[in-house]
Amino acid sequence: MAGPEISFLTEDMRQQAIGVESPPLTTEVEKGAIIKFAEAIADDNPLWNDEASARQSSYGGLVAPPTFLRSMRVARAELPFAVPFDRVLDGGSDWEYFEPVRPGDRITAVDRIEDMQERTGRMGLMVITTTRLTYRNQFDEVVATQTSTIIRY
Amino acid sequence: MAEQVFWEDVTEGMELPSLVKNPTTRQLVQYAGASGDYYEIHYDKDYAIGNGLPGPILHGALKNAFLGQLMTDFAGARGVLRRLSCQYRGMDVPGQTITGRGTVTRKYQENGQHLVDCEIWLENPEGQKTTPGSATVALPLRGDAD
Repeated sequence: MAGPEISFLTEDMRQQAIGVESPPLTTEVEKGAIIKFAEAIADDNPLWNDEASARQSSYGGLVAPPTFLRSMRVARAELPFAVPFDRVLDGGSDWEYFEPVRPGDRITAVDRIEDMQERTGRMGLMVITTTRLTYRNQFDEVVATQTSTIIRY
Repeated sequence: MAEQVFWEDVTEGMELPSLVKNPTTRQLVQYAGASGDYYEIHYDKDYAIGNGLPGPILHGALKNAFLGQLMTDFAGARGVLRRLSCQYRGMDVPGQTITGRGTVTRKYQENGQHLVDCEIWLENPEGQKTTPGSATVALPLRGDAD
């Protein structure tokens, strides 16, 4: 890129970072944790609050609300080099859902660096990292993926 | 819960039922406990002010959860959330009403599923969209068995 900005991220560094994975961590989903999470977000949907009512649904029992997986234990994929920026912004999340999460499930989360880009914005030079958390259950089914954008500047 | 919505009844451009949330500092503490995100800017006023914030601010993840509720309320017990995406554009503070809204942008069939794409967002009392996003739900047909 032409211009006066000093670049930080080289193509070599990008290739080093892309594909780095976190160690897997597993959490057992407790029914009480689902209900507590639903109470904390003030979501009174019977599917995540009321076992008797959830049993009448096609799920046949209590399931977790969409963002409950944020309470799973997760190790983040670490960049293989230091980044000279102090400030970190969470740009947002993109979830895809494949299977319901139920009490008793053992959910294993692995984080992976998908991409790194450098841009110059209003806040000066910034490095944008895209990571994807994949959540699998005890049957090795992917229940959901969560793609996040982390901005360092 | 509201009555089940069916795919046949949805039209592009239709507004989703809105969701009104009234987050308090107490709720932020509750969310910290339930999610495990104990970053002090969400409940410690002195810490938040020391970090250049007006006071405690909502967890982005809590706002993500509000948008999740907007969609699962719309989809009903027989609808399934397939995708949920949001961007954190602006801060929200406890003590202010936050409203989730959305519109249907596309209605289509794919791999045997009856899908609806929506543009969604959270807005503050000034009507600013602090948390825009999008979502996809699969909805049942009127003729489907329960």
